[in-house]
Amino acid sequence: MATKVHMEALSPTMEEGRLVKWAKHEGDPVKSGDTLAEVETDKAVMELVARADGQLLKVMVAEGATVPVGNVVAWIGKPGEKVDGAGSQESGAGAAKPAPAAAAPKATPAPAPAPVPTATAPTPAPVSAPADATRVKASPLAKRIAKDAGVDLKLVQGSGPGGRVIKRDVEGGVAQAQAAATPAPSSRLPTPSGAPYEDIPLTQIRKTIAKRLAASIGPIPHFFLTTEIDMERAAEARDALNRQLGEAGGKISFNDIIIKAVALALVQHRACNAWFQEDHIRYWNEVHIGMAVAIEDGLITPVIRNADLKSLREIGAEARELAARARNRRLKPEEYTGATFSVSNLGMFDIDQFTAVINPPEAGIVAIGSIVPKAVPDGDRVVVRRRLRLTMSCDHRVIDGATGAAFLKTLKQMLENPLAMLL
Amino acid sequence: MASSFDVVILGGGPAGYVCAIRCAQLGLTTAVVEQDKLGGVCVNIGCIPTKALLHSAYIANLVKESKDFGVEVANVTTDYGVAMKRSRRVSDQNSKGVEFLMKKHKITVIKGTGVVQPGKKVKVGSDVHDAKKAVVIATGSRVKGIPQIGLEINKATVISSDEALLLERVPDSLAIVGAGAVGMEFADIFQAFGVKITLIEALPRILPIEDAESSDVLAKSYRKRGIEVIAGAKVTKAIVGKDKVTLDVEAGGEKKQVVVGAVLMAAGRAVNTQNIGLKECGIQLTDGGFIKVDKNLQTTAPGYYAIGDVAGPPMLAHKGFREGSVVAEIIAGQKPHPIKYDNVPSVTYCHPEVASIGLTEDQCKEKKLDYVAGKFPFSANGRARGTGETEGFVKILRDKKYGEILGAHIVGAHASEMIHELAVARENEYTVEEIDLAIHAHPTMSEAIGEAALDSLGRVLHI
Repeated sequence: MATKVHMEALSPTMEEGRLVKWAKHEGDPVKSGDTLAEVETDKAVMELVARADGQLLKVMVAEGATVPVGNVVAWIGKPGEKVDGAGSQESGAGAAKPAPAAAAPKATPAPAPAPVPTATAPTPAPVSAPADATRVKASPLAKRIAKDAGVDLKLVQGSGPGGRVIKRDVEGGVAQAQAAATPAPSSRLPTPSGAPYEDIPLTQIRKTIAKRLAASIGPIPHFFLTTEIDMERAAEARDALNRQLGEAGGKISFNDIIIKAVALALVQHRACNAWFQEDHIRYWNEVHIGMAVAIEDGLITPVIRNADLKSLREIGAEARELAARARNRRLKPEEYTGATFSVSNLGMFDIDQFTAVINPPEAGIVAIGSIVPKAVPDGDRVVVRRRLRLTMSCDHRVIDGATGAAFLKTLKQMLENPLAMLL
Repeated sequence: MASSFDVVILGGGPAGYVCAIRCAQLGLTTAVVEQDKLGGVCVNIGCIPTKALLHSAYIANLVKESKDFGVEVANVTTDYGVAMKRSRRVSDQNSKGVEFLMKKHKITVIKGTGVVQPGKKVKVGSDVHDAKKAVVIATGSRVKGIPQIGLEINKATVISSDEALLLERVPDSLAIVGAGAVGMEFADIFQAFGVKITLIEALPRILPIEDAESSDVLAKSYRKRGIEVIAGAKVTKAIVGKDKVTLDVEAGGEKKQVVVGAVLMAAGRAVNTQNIGLKECGIQLTDGGFIKVDKNLQTTAPGYYAIGDVAGPPMLAHKGFREGSVVAEIIAGQKPHPIKYDNVPSVTYCHPEVASIGLTEDQCKEKKLDYVAGKFPFSANGRARGTGETEGFVKILRDKKYGEILGAHIVGAHASEMIHELAVARENEYTVEEIDLAIHAHPTMSEAIGEAALDSLGRVLHI
């Protein structure tokens, strides 16, 4: 008797699947385990595999169609065998259960490593999940160390036989992987090698994300995260600092405070302080902030090096000096290259909010709007506070939604409580 | 007659012949240059004949105790000459086996002494052979004496393992200088054949590279059998006579004179790096006298590789085997799995056997590692009690945090066979918990490994 092929629940939360592409066609011989079709789930594009040997007798669902889990999508049987052509209508909404798990050992793979949902981007582009991205080959010891260190083994390149992740890989990657994988703010990561940066080869999933997202949006798959920041205390701090500086000169600007805060937040979120390098991601241990400056016939981004280590006064002086020379076309190449992250400020032009374009190979840029007084609720009253809308553009090949959001949260905390920068 | 091969290998010992087989498997035309018998020291005057003799010793000891097992053997006599001849047959069989393997893989065996020449050439006699892809140096090592203290090998009263393996008759008494694997094994052999043995080790304990507890068990066992064990000893003077040797030995502040029929030098080996053209090819040596190699076992001259004893310690056949096969794969353009030198098992086939892998407990302490030692004695193991082989233990050093097996030490009957469970575990980075999860058959000696793993977790069952 011919065997039905059901739309299977390929992820734990999957209710329906879109049949992206048939890998086998009617009349093709199939063996149990062969990929029959690619199915897009709520999380990823996964493979629907044959559970029986024989011939693909009939395909019930056209490519592109969406089918509830449990519906019959095809029949496998002996050549010439008759099948029930009404199979696809046998169920309303998932009346036919998929093969029980016991009979279909491969029916419930681990949750697919889906692209992290982004805040403003439309439905994320599907990421196909190759088998080796869902099941990580790792030694028991490597697994334990990774678990202890909170390292996602999927992000670690294995150097053992067949790409198996071994102790050495996890140990080498603990610091980097933590930064890359853990969106939660952490204290300043030690730099194991003392090198200015570390190159982490792209993992399979990272490669796939890079490829799919780039194909879907453009050479750099941008997504944008916007947050509104209360600048009242930053303004007070700035006023106090400038009073202190008095006529000694070198006033602190909001821009200086923002650059410093961005630099310090990046120290805590090295995952955002990175370059996309095609086959690897370079995670910088140093923070160099590119500062977009409008010049007569365009734009240039002089770089404030090691901004995290400089005082507000130093940043202010350097920013003014670099901007002045930028406008006079007097910057040396090394002064406008090598940034690890950028800041673009159009606040002075009365722009409430905008999105900035990433300056590759950097993976992120923040766009600073005007600081404007706004009526905001404060308990059951309404008060007027100075507010700033800030939008971060992220290269999705490097930064996932949650990673960027965690960075922005730290940045927001620092700007809303500038004393935090002293921590 | 000169000819051309993809790979020419100097030396047909374990490293060389395995390299040749692997090269042939990978489709490379291969020649092995060997001046003596195929199989090298291991097959002819090392691992293999000593294992044959050790089994003779085991049988001798067994029949002496067989009365307790209800088997009485009257008039037990031993004849080293017979045992020796049997060991020679075993060696010859193995050497012929290697010859067969060379034929099977269509490997050319060139008899003679090879000298490497620039331009990837190897000269044997008047013939010069071209190596199109690589020259592999696997010339091995040889025994050495200690001429500084008057103990130069004279092959009569001062002998090396080479001569010991060919003795027709044993001396009445024998001093063995060096209690590493070789000294330990010969002490075991000759004691069983009725020789009065004095075992002298310069370092503070016998089997100095093994765990201190392993050394202790062996010292105790040997002393019980009547072997005199002097560790931390210095031979200050040696007078070599025609049929006796007098050694002045200083140990623990005490001076002692040892008069024996012969001395067996079992302290160290010298590598065969002389007169094989290394310098002319730009092949450099390390400070220790080994051929300097990079992580791909390539020497300082591109296209020339070194494997086995000449390439550095540990000087063990199985380390040479692996290097031979890895180098063949590198030459063939593959990317072999790198050798983990800290995962080469070490085995001494004395009775009881000693086998280990990884760190000793003292090394764990030196490295200030946070470890737990799990230990299980064979005296608590049913199988060991049944065979009366209750000497020894299994000790597993577990990293406290992750359960990594930092080191493992087995002393006992069949330790050499049992260590591989731990070799597999370490190579695959299993932790002690995976050792425990593997079900060990009952009753076996190997159960002690599972129990030692459990002991390291504080859950030992049978003690």
